Amino acid sequence: MNLWLWILLACVVAFLTKLAGYLVPARWMDNPRMNRVAGTLTIGLLASLTAVNTFASGQELALDARIIALAAAAVALLLRAPFLVVVLAGAVGAALARLAGMP
Amino acid sequence: MNPQAAPYADLVKYLQSPAVRVGLSIAVATGLYGVSFGALSVTSGFDLWQTMALSLLLFSGGSQFAFIGVIGGGGTGAAAMTAASLLGIRNAVYGMQMNALVRPAGWRRFVAAHVTIDESAATASGQTDPVERRLGFWSAGIGVFILWNVFTVVGALVGGALGDPAQWGLDGAAVAAFLGLLWPRLKGREPAAIAVVCALVTIVAVPLVAPGLPILIAAAVAGAIGWFGHGRPTEGLEPDIDPYADGGDHR
Repeated sequence: MNLWLWILLACVVAFLTKLAGYLVPARWMDNPRMNRVAGTLTIGLLASLTAVNTFASGQELALDARIIALAAAAVALLLRAPFLVVVLAGAVGAALARLAGMP
Repeated sequence: MNPQAAPYADLVKYLQSPAVRVGLSIAVATGLYGVSFGALSVTSGFDLWQTMALSLLLFSGGSQFAFIGVIGGGGTGAAAMTAASLLGIRNAVYGMQMNALVRPAGWRRFVAAHVTIDESAATASGQTDPVERRLGFWSAGIGVFILWNVFTVVGALVGGALGDPAQWGLDGAAVAAFLGLLWPRLKGREPAAIAVVCALVTIVAVPLVAPGLPILIAAAVAGAIGWFGHGRPTEGLEPDIDPYADGGDHR
């Protein structure tokens, strides 16, 4: 139940954030600094989430099959594969690495 | 559009619009990867209804992946909510741009706000004609909303049937999903440097603080770089799938 509460709260915050763009007077928000922070936050969070999902195992760092997934996804992205193919490349990379005996 | 006109003629005109074609193709491409969200959400411990609620109500791909990613990594609900909310701040910037370009009035503003995401904003911004901008925004926004939600359910059902997520490499799929979301935003040296710094900060923080918090520490670092930095104001504000990637004749 507790998780539901955080899910719904996140949904409300997400909608109000989007709505703010339409309802708050443009002169309050339309400055380069606001745009820049929105952009750097997006990059920083996605980079951090990539790192956590690759190297974190609870509160410990681990080198396991997920590093192969990261490499496979990077190769797919370099080959300009569509998003879904990139995700599949990650899954196949990790699954094969485990078949080969990686933790 | 004139409500008196023959609806059939309107439909033909609508489908001939270049912005609508871009909007619908981006809806298919983006909607399809709702499969990966649905599958990862279920294997991260969310049930079908929670997964559907995230796609229907939160409706912002990056924030949804962040929410399930933090919970899947053992973080708290509060940390997941904070990461998702911070990742959604760029939608306020898009909202402001769309308010100027699309100019929805009355109740339509509330619908427009809900479908304000990377893809609808990018489709509208890529057009120069005001009518085309409007058509592009709505066709991408509503198209992605419908398909994203349909494919979320498909993914959740598939994910639920898979059994052990690690055996199928689904933890690797999550890694790939985040890298795929990050990749199109790394245009230029500064965005790449921010990404490397934030990834390193995260790795250093993982053993030191509770799960979920390393992401928020990295967010604070990224926010400070944006606040004090002088990079171009649009960096990081690129769609996951560029609607004008091939050709680019509408840019």
